Amino acid sequence: MSGYLESQLIILCLNVIYAYGIFLPAASGQLNLGAAGFITIGAYSSAWINASGAPMYIAIPASMLFCAAIAFTIAFPILRTRGVYMVLATFAFAEVVAGLIINLEFLGAAAGYPVESHADYLVVVPVTILVVLLCFFLMSTRLGLAMRSIHDDEAVATLFGVDVRLAKVAAFTLGAALMSLGGALYGHHYNYIETQTFNVLLSIYILLYVLLGGTQTAWGPLVGAAFFTVVPEALRQIATASGHAWIADSRFIFFGAIIVLMMVFRPEGLVTRTMVDRAATPFGGGRSGAAPAARTA
Amino acid sequence: MADNVLSIEGLHKSFGGLKVIDDVGFAVKRGSRTALIGPNGAGKTTVFNLLTGVYPVDEGTMVLDGRDITRVPAKDRVIFGMSRSFQNIRLMPHLSTVENVMLGQHARARRLGDLLYPLGLMPGNRWARAAKEALEDAGLETYPGQVVANLPYGVQKRIEVVRAMISQPKLLLLDEPAAGLNQVEAQQLLALLEKVSASGVTLLVVEHDMHFVHNLCDHVAVLNFGKKIFEGTPAQVNDDPLVREAYLGSDTSMAGQQNAAPAAGAADAP
Ligand SMILES: Nc1ncnc2c1ncn2[C@@H]1O[C@H](COP(=O)(O)OP(=O)(O)OP(=O)(O)O)[C@@H](O)[C@H]1O
Ligand SMILES: [Mg+2]
Repeated sequence: MSGYLESQLIILCLNVIYAYGIFLPAASGQLNLGAAGFITIGAYSSAWINASGAPMYIAIPASMLFCAAIAFTIAFPILRTRGVYMVLATFAFAEVVAGLIINLEFLGAAAGYPVESHADYLVVVPVTILVVLLCFFLMSTRLGLAMRSIHDDEAVATLFGVDVRLAKVAAFTLGAALMSLGGALYGHHYNYIETQTFNVLLSIYILLYVLLGGTQTAWGPLVGAAFFTVVPEALRQIATASGHAWIADSRFIFFGAIIVLMMVFRPEGLVTRTMVDRAATPFGGGRSGAAPAARTA
Repeated sequence: MADNVLSIEGLHKSFGGLKVIDDVGFAVKRGSRTALIGPNGAGKTTVFNLLTGVYPVDEGTMVLDGRDITRVPAKDRVIFGMSRSFQNIRLMPHLSTVENVMLGQHARARRLGDLLYPLGLMPGNRWARAAKEALEDAGLETYPGQVVANLPYGVQKRIEVVRAMISQPKLLLLDEPAAGLNQVEAQQLLALLEKVSASGVTLLVVEHDMHFVHNLCDHVAVLNFGKKIFEGTPAQVNDDPLVREAYLGSDTSMAGQQNAAPAAGAADAP
């Protein structure tokens, strides 16, 4: 594989993993703007464990467990907040993580931290595929159904026996573990990490991938992350190839316009539930708008 | 008493300074079809909300099938054998019809193995089959990708009943199930409820349509301004002076009330 393609593939994979980490809480109605915080924890803890002598394949799962433990602990106060307050609380959490790391000398502080073991695409790609499969599986289960119900109507989900708190904590914690995995892979691939890389812009982009991709099905984060990784890069390529630098310069305007248009025309995300079901049964599906009405009416 | 699926005693509830439920007590006999009626704002929906744990009670006890559920968390009450439909449709807008009904099965599927069973990957699994059958029994057809938000009101209303039913409750609480249904739909609902009742489920139904109540119910409790003012058979209720006054402030027949539009108002909560 060419170096360029490989580098793009890695970026795509990392974005997909991050996106699923934010998707799990989002599918149950929680807006998490703390991606950078969990990614940082994953990257640094895996790198540190690795540096302490453990091989990568131990360090990465250990970092996921560590991050999951932190997420589980902060889930209880954070999940008491809702909507924009939860966005702020998770954002604040990520800032605290960044602030801590930058003051920890043994993790290199502001100078960054080198990472020993290397993970090439032969590690990153299969792991990404596993993450995608896991999330598809999870969303197809009754737990996934419960999460989607919570997204729609918490009170009613409760009355039908859904343990709303448990489901939310599980989604948040599992999502954090996935982001930690993404962060660890980032570190092991580039073999160097610094907190500045994992900033609030990254958190915003990941949340955008998920919301614009759609939170109703497991396709959403995949399509969202792929779209927003490939399109800006393609624009850059087109600009270089055609010699029209203005395309490259204005791609952020274009990008912003796409986001606004999507929010207007597809507020529920690129991929919706109905779309997936119809695609799955191209001939069996009923016409939209056809009243399914009573058989005997 | 083992004969009662539900007994409520000395129930009180105030919102702010407003006394909404004032010393209400009644029992629902096992296997009965009890109606809970009363004018708009009488507190009927609030009784359901207290029963299902949407709000804590101020005072009083509620015993479901011999177990005191007064302090049981809302999410566990359905396990003890009680489920409900809502006055204002509360289906999950992004879930398909079958998925909405499958949510009703949740109380019976809380083990880890059930929670991690891939419903969506196994077409024709027993949970989905049961949900589809229950919908068909109710005269409702489904197609893949059918999202409930686009369905006609009367259909949504009946899906709510099916969702509540499929949790296999001992006591089914229905909050104005016939409101907004046309004649045919109301007739189908009636047939469905007869069938549910015949299978041994006890019904407690809030309903404004007295015609419907007369057709379905064998026992009636009447609330007015948060107080129980009458309990008896549907035949007696028409002749009770207190009830007539509550409804009309005069002695006109209650039958004329059957089309009174049920007001939404605070009933939006649970
Ligand atoms: N959460 C709440 N907060 C404040 N007041 C409430 C609340 N829920 C109900 N109420 C009030 O309690 C009273 C009874 O309401 P409830 O919804 O129980 O009446 P209802 O008998 O179901 O009436 P309807 O036939 O219109 O559905 C009303 O005055 C209502 O405004
Ligand atoms: Mg009501």
